[in-house]
Amino acid sequence: MPDNNTILLAVQTAAARHGNDPANLVQILREVQDALGHIPEEAVDDIARFLDIPRVRVAGVRGFYHFFHDRPHGRYEILFSDNIIEHLQGKPELLQQMCTRLWVEPERMSEDGLVRVGSTSCIGMSDQGPAALVNGVPVTRLNMERVETMVELVQKGVPLSQWPADFFQVEDNLRRADVLLGEPLERGAGVRAAVEKGSDGILAEIDRSGLRGRGGAGFKTAVKWDFCRKAVDTGEECSIVGPKVCDNTAATVRYVVCNADEGEPGTFKDRVLLNSHADLVFEGMTVAARVIGARQGFLYLRGEYRYLFDKLNGILAQRRRDGLLGENILGSGFSFDIVIHLGAGAYICGEESALIESLEGKRGTPRNRPPFPVTHGYLGKPTVVNNVETYALAAKIAAKGGEWFAAIGTAQSTGTKLLSISGDCERPGVYEYPFGVTVRQVLADCGAQDARAVQVGGPSGTIIGEGEFDRRLAFEDLATGGSFMVFNRERDIFEAARNFSSFFAHESCGFCTPCRVGSTLLKKGMDKIASGHGTCADVEELKRIGQLTRAMSHCGLGQTAANPVLQTLDKFWGDYEKRLISKEFEPSFDLDKALAVARRITGRDDAWAHVSAD
Amino acid sequence: MSDNTINIDGQTVPFLPGQTIMEAAMAAEVYIPHLCHNPEFTPHGSCKLCTVSVNGRSAAACTMPAAAGQQILNNTEELNANRRALVQMLFVEGNHFCPFCEKSGNCQLQALGYYLGMMDPHYNHFYPARAVDGSHPDVLLDLNRCIMCELCVRASRDVDGKNVFGLTGRGIHTHITVNSPSGRLGDTNLAVSDKAAEVCPVGAIIKKRHGFAVPIGERLYDHKTIREVQTEAHK
Repeated sequence: MPDNNTILLAVQTAAARHGNDPANLVQILREVQDALGHIPEEAVDDIARFLDIPRVRVAGVRGFYHFFHDRPHGRYEILFSDNIIEHLQGKPELLQQMCTRLWVEPERMSEDGLVRVGSTSCIGMSDQGPAALVNGVPVTRLNMERVETMVELVQKGVPLSQWPADFFQVEDNLRRADVLLGEPLERGAGVRAAVEKGSDGILAEIDRSGLRGRGGAGFKTAVKWDFCRKAVDTGEECSIVGPKVCDNTAATVRYVVCNADEGEPGTFKDRVLLNSHADLVFEGMTVAARVIGARQGFLYLRGEYRYLFDKLNGILAQRRRDGLLGENILGSGFSFDIVIHLGAGAYICGEESALIESLEGKRGTPRNRPPFPVTHGYLGKPTVVNNVETYALAAKIAAKGGEWFAAIGTAQSTGTKLLSISGDCERPGVYEYPFGVTVRQVLADCGAQDARAVQVGGPSGTIIGEGEFDRRLAFEDLATGGSFMVFNRERDIFEAARNFSSFFAHESCGFCTPCRVGSTLLKKGMDKIASGHGTCADVEELKRIGQLTRAMSHCGLGQTAANPVLQTLDKFWGDYEKRLISKEFEPSFDLDKALAVARRITGRDDAWAHVSAD
Repeated sequence: MSDNTINIDGQTVPFLPGQTIMEAAMAAEVYIPHLCHNPEFTPHGSCKLCTVSVNGRSAAACTMPAAAGQQILNNTEELNANRRALVQMLFVEGNHFCPFCEKSGNCQLQALGYYLGMMDPHYNHFYPARAVDGSHPDVLLDLNRCIMCELCVRASRDVDGKNVFGLTGRGIHTHITVNSPSGRLGDTNLAVSDKAAEVCPVGAIIKKRHGFAVPIGERLYDHKTIREVQTEAHK
């Protein structure tokens, strides 16, 4: 355990680096944990003192994010990605093997404090999984052999920097490029166009392009930017009672935020954009800043992509040197800069208002809306939040105009879309398609000959079976943020739905009753069916809970948490039916199983020590 | 049609600019069931009991701004069935034992259970392991009964200026924590006279030695429904 002086020094350093600003609490906690291995109570007290905020707020934030720990969690922390695709590719067996060889239980640190092996939500590597985070760094393409080597390295205490480099190799796996990834844009072209055409000129091009947000919801980008640009600061903290009379005397501070919290299971296209096309993303953010009149931007990078943090900061530094970022961009008098904030393991922070809360150093709880971020966003100021891909496209549109873009795709869904394809196909990876492409075409291109189902848009999206493969990927048909998970005829769709239900229960923020309890009830119901005790009554109950969660939840997470269960019940009933027992009711409590402890204590296993099922 | 009215279950209800649907309804003595809402505090919107249908879309009445012409459904069979399910969910996620709870008869969760016709918990109990903190000389904190409404958090922060309470954890493991390094209520500066010590709608925060000052049978909701009590309180 670190002594008090070490703790104080770690806190002092981290707090000073972030200006003792409570809005940077998540960043400060991360750096303190980096220095100390975990965030002990003494550190919470010190942070509260330096930031002049109640300790209960610091403790509340520490307790919210998966990657923050209040006690030691091993010198090596190995977290296997729990994505269903990796699950089907052998993740449970690999995890078990590692635990057996290291003589540890899953999720529990070894007695000597050396290692903890556990699971974490999808880490964005399902095109090269099974994968795991080792002390926050992804190790890809795991197999039994690689697990053996890792066990040896851990047991010998070899530092991560001396592990074989190919363990950490992350491939882009770009398989199909179109206008976004196939035609390079000259560095600075988007910013130059923004400076030349000005706010009105660029907004007109974005509007003409028909660009819609690539996160999945598909809100028109030009409309969002225009709302934000017209929003005037009321000088009041985020208020829920709606628009107030505007005081137009002070210049309004506005913010540009890039949502790089790519947490939807099965998606990884933002990883590729940030790894190989970050300039384009930053360029798009700068274009947005020029349009709305922002001086400050944030890239909210999910904690799982931390390995990209230094690289991205290097690119930002280069852009500043080149006059594309910072004060007086390209000598135009327009100034804008970008800071990267790291998340700490919370799917909910991909929801834009939860993301803003996290940026403000708080628990990632979605806000009440209205008001929306375009009027009351970061620190209550007008804020544009867009997806990584949206900004990359905006940069291209700024440079090339909106006309050409609108000619691609469909009338309602213009341009191209990046897909993250994983699962049962020969060539998983990132594919760029014009909107309107059929699922069948995509399956043919990625080499999925034997597909039975595709989960489009991740667990919160839509699952489709063979009968729907002629449907099109577009906002007017199958909307998607990009996740495209393929299941072949051998696969059990019930297991996929059960995995997704666990995911939502695990990632619910806990704020509202229907999601907090409903997602847990859904998970329990699916577990009961999986254990062979499910009946038709349980299925009916799942439907009722699902509908309630969908109708009454606070945000998109809860409203979609029941999608996997409700949709698969509808489309893949056979996978449920074969598991159900033909009784009207079966208790979830197993009396005979409950007696197991008593049997072990008494050393008995005779017939009288058992309760028969009837 | 007047500019500043909404329609709730066929009844025309006036509102003032800036009012929420809940505030407008309460002023017109239209009852919308609620738990985490307390008119003295900033609306929160977490329990979702007050979910109504606004022009066909679900919204929490306590946080949704009233806007001219809104067609609102409130006291419908479907909405009340969903509300009942939410109350049942709150019952099973914690450990609520009305027969020997000091708060029985004064408890809003229990009163809503009665009002909404809840006959059983319906779902399997979670039986979570939750802490009881008796370290404070005058106030007991029993997390078994907490429903995460954050009224104590809001009261301590906004009225008492103390920040004694906060939430930590996440998802189903979300729970109240207190503002002391030891994690004990007795080590905070909470005073029994604080707003935070009396605002709890259930029996999670109760004043010691007052549990049975009013005998069971003569308590707030023993002879009146929560609807009557809360509608009268607003008069």
